Amino acid sequence: MGLNKCVKNAEEAIHDIQDGATIMLGGFGLCGIPENSITALVAKGVKNLTCISNNAGVDDFGIGLMLQTKQVKKMISSYVGENAEFERQLLSGELEVELIPQGTLATRCLMAGYGIPFFPTPAGVGTEVADGKDTVVRNGKTYLIEDAFDAEFAIVKAWKGDTYGNLIFKDTARNFNAPMAMAGKTTIAEVEHLVNIGELNPNEIHVPGIYVHRIFEGSNYEKRIEQLTVRN
Amino acid sequence: MGLNKNQIAQRIAKELHDGFYVNLGIGIPTLVANYIPHGIEVVLQSENGLLGMGPFPIAGHEDADLINAGKQTITTLPGSAFFDSAMSFGMIRAGKVHLTVLGAMEVAENGDIANWKVPGKMVKGMGGAMDLVASAKNIIVAMQHTDKAGNSKLLPACHLPITGLHCVKKVVTDLGVFEITKDGFLCTEHAPDVTIEEIKAKTAGKLTIAADCKIMEVA
Repeated sequence: MGLNKCVKNAEEAIHDIQDGATIMLGGFGLCGIPENSITALVAKGVKNLTCISNNAGVDDFGIGLMLQTKQVKKMISSYVGENAEFERQLLSGELEVELIPQGTLATRCLMAGYGIPFFPTPAGVGTEVADGKDTVVRNGKTYLIEDAFDAEFAIVKAWKGDTYGNLIFKDTARNFNAPMAMAGKTTIAEVEHLVNIGELNPNEIHVPGIYVHRIFEGSNYEKRIEQLTVRN
Repeated sequence: MGLNKNQIAQRIAKELHDGFYVNLGIGIPTLVANYIPHGIEVVLQSENGLLGMGPFPIAGHEDADLINAGKQTITTLPGSAFFDSAMSFGMIRAGKVHLTVLGAMEVAENGDIANWKVPGKMVKGMGGAMDLVASAKNIIVAMQHTDKAGNSKLLPACHLPITGLHCVKKVVTDLGVFEITKDGFLCTEHAPDVTIEEIKAKTAGKLTIAADCKIMEVA
């Protein structure tokens, strides 16, 4: 295989994801979610998953599908307001949830990709988020010490990618996909357009392929809009 | 009677200065974008990875890859830029955002804010709120002065889970404009048909009425 990271499809991409795995899933709301991979995870039926993702989708789309099939043991997210099933499972205790500040979530991914094992941040000082964490005071300001994530798998969605795994994202579908792509021990990228090496301009690459282990061209993207809003 | 949501937003928009980079939270804060004063230019930051958030698209031109922090479809403007979520919160924490406007359930007289959780009832998550309040230079809260039960939301101390400590600079409610000072809330403006007595009665936290407290100018 060497530098050619191509796999056939989502099913092949996730073949070694086992019960109990920790998986990062890109996307913000339903924007930029790895739709094909989520469908494949539901079909594969892997369970007791720990999912790191900013949101939990909606009841019948995105990660919401995995909640419906009770495949998720724990979610690490920053906002889960759009998914009533999620909130219900959270309040009932069926689902373990760690709510963390969105910036901390993104930075814990980035720092994993930057080889920085832990870092100080002001977000969450004086709140429940600080419970059990070390703090540091520097120049009179208090910071929480947060660890970089340690995720076996990161599954991301990009607009274009080449066979070396170089990725380009589109508009606000970039969001967590870029930092998560850098953070996975095994990063799986599904793209709308898979091209040969030499077709992407090296100046325009958002995530270089060194971070990506498997890439496939996805299909039948629904790209659902959560809050269709227009002006008069 | 007090201000309506649009009037609260309109008053907050007066805090915008030319060249500001601004983050507007979901709810009443998003309405501030409708009242940007003529003659100044500001850039709206959407925490999911966009500087230069434009208006909602016209019907038929919605793009699923282009949404704001509230998951609504939007457009871009000349000068817009896309980036990822890590950079988004990097620029927030680095103090590059001049003004943050967000909603709240409670604001304390020392500037503490609670706006992310009602234990046992509403646990949607904090989103970007904790990063924003820990880092922004200027934080303005837009909210109703009392909750649905009539209880004051301007308190001596927050009861609900904290979002951030000592961070709010100003609160604009349906009743008036309140600065946070070392002596608690300072009312600098009151809504046109709202009396000082009503404001005092509905403010549980320590309150001073400014000597030059004036009537808010709203359309």
